Amino acid sequence: MIPAAFDYVRAGSRDEAVALLGERGDEAKLLAGGMSLIPLMKLRLAVPTVLIDVGRVEDLSYVRDGGDHVAIGALTCHRDLETNDLLAAECGVVRSVAAEVGDNQVRHRGTIGGSIAHGDPASDLPAVLLALDATLVAQGPAGTRDIPSDAFFEGFLETALAPDELLTEIRVPKTGANGFAYEKFNRRAQDYAIVGALATRVGDATNVALVNMGSTPLRAKGVEAALASGASPADAAALAADGTEPPGDLNASPEYRAHLARVLVRRAIEAVAG
Amino acid sequence: MSVNGGAQGHDVEPRALLVQYLREECGLTGTKVGCDTSSCGACTVLVDGESVKSCTMLAVQADGAAITTIEGLAPGDELHPVQQAFHEHHGLQCGYCTAGMVMAAVGFLDENPDPTEREVRLGLEGNLCRCTGYQNIVDSVLAAAASKSGVSS
Repeated sequence: MIPAAFDYVRAGSRDEAVALLGERGDEAKLLAGGMSLIPLMKLRLAVPTVLIDVGRVEDLSYVRDGGDHVAIGALTCHRDLETNDLLAAECGVVRSVAAEVGDNQVRHRGTIGGSIAHGDPASDLPAVLLALDATLVAQGPAGTRDIPSDAFFEGFLETALAPDELLTEIRVPKTGANGFAYEKFNRRAQDYAIVGALATRVGDATNVALVNMGSTPLRAKGVEAALASGASPADAAALAADGTEPPGDLNASPEYRAHLARVLVRRAIEAVAG
Repeated sequence: MSVNGGAQGHDVEPRALLVQYLREECGLTGTKVGCDTSSCGACTVLVDGESVKSCTMLAVQADGAAITTIEGLAPGDELHPVQQAFHEHHGLQCGYCTAGMVMAAVGFLDENPDPTEREVRLGLEGNLCRCTGYQNIVDSVLAAAASKSGVSS
C-alpha cells in the first residue's frame, strides 16, 4: 500500500516549521516519527497534500528537570522515555507507560509529541498526560502558549492545536518513581489497548484515566470522587464506565468495553492502594 | 544514505516507502513485505543501528542515514552470530519472517546483550511468525546472546 502523492518539505527549526504551517497549514500535516500518520496515509484514511517533516527539528528531543516538573521535548521518542533515568526517578509513570507503546521498532521511531498531537483515544500516553494534569506547550506565529491537558483532547483525532501550531514540549509533575498502575488489555502484545486503565497518585489524590473508552482519552471523575470520599476500590471501580460512550468494533462491543473498564480500573486502583 | 556500508543515491517520490526503496531501487529483496501495516515486522531493518519497520517509514525520512538490511549482516562467507544461532537452533519454519526476526534480534541484543527469556519474548513482540515457531526463535536469540558473551551455547 502506497500513500497518495504529496509534497514533502523538511523543517530545520521550530520557527521554520511554524512558518511552513502558516503557508500551507490547512492542507498540511506535520510528520514526526510517522508511526500513526503513515499507516493512515497508506490506508488513504488521511490524504494530506503536504507533509512538513519536523523529525529533524533541532533541540526538540530532551528530558529536562524543570524544577517542579519534568520537561519533555515533543520529538523525544518512546524508547528514549523508556530508558530515561530522570523520568524513572521523578515521573515513573511516563517511563513505564512509554514502554507499553507498540513494540521496539515503533518505540524507536514514534515520538511523545506525535502521539499526543494525533489525539487517538486508543493511545497510551494521552491518558497518562490527562491523569497527571500535564501542561502542553505549543508554538504558533504569535509565540508560545500553555495548554492544560484537560483542554487539549477535543474529539476523535482532534486537539486544541491550531492549524499553524507546533506542539513543542510536555510538562509533567514530579509524582515520583512509583505510585501508579497501568492495566492495558489487548490481544497481541504490540496492539493498541482494547481498553486501558491508569491509576496514579498525584499529591494526596488518586487520579484515574481511561484509554479507548470514548472519542477522547478520559478521566474517570466518578471513580476519583468516590475514592476521595473513602469508597473501597471495588465500589469506586464500579463507576468506571459511567458517563462514557465506548466504541464498538471487531475487538469488543461497547458493553464489553464497559465491563473491561470496571475490571481494569479496580485492578489499577487496588495496585496503587496496596 | 548508506545501505550496508555502500553509498546509495536515488531520486525518489516522497511517498516511496523505505522497504520499497530497498527492494526496488537497491535490489535488496531480502527485506520482506509482510502485513504492510506495521504489525508483523517482516520488513525490519536497522536505521542508524536501531530496528525499524521499513514499511512504515518514508525513504526520504532515511535520507543521510545508515541502513543495514539482512544482506549486510555477514561481512563475507561467515554468518553473523545471530544468523548462525538461527541456523543451529532451527529458528525458522517457512522462513518468511526470518529476515525481520534476525534484524529485530540483532537490534534488540545490541540494546540488551544479556537478556532473559521473557525479555527476548518482549523484545521481539513486534515480529510475528505465522508458523508459530516462536520457541526455536527465542532459543536462537538466547543462544546468540550466550555466544556473544563468550559462554558456550
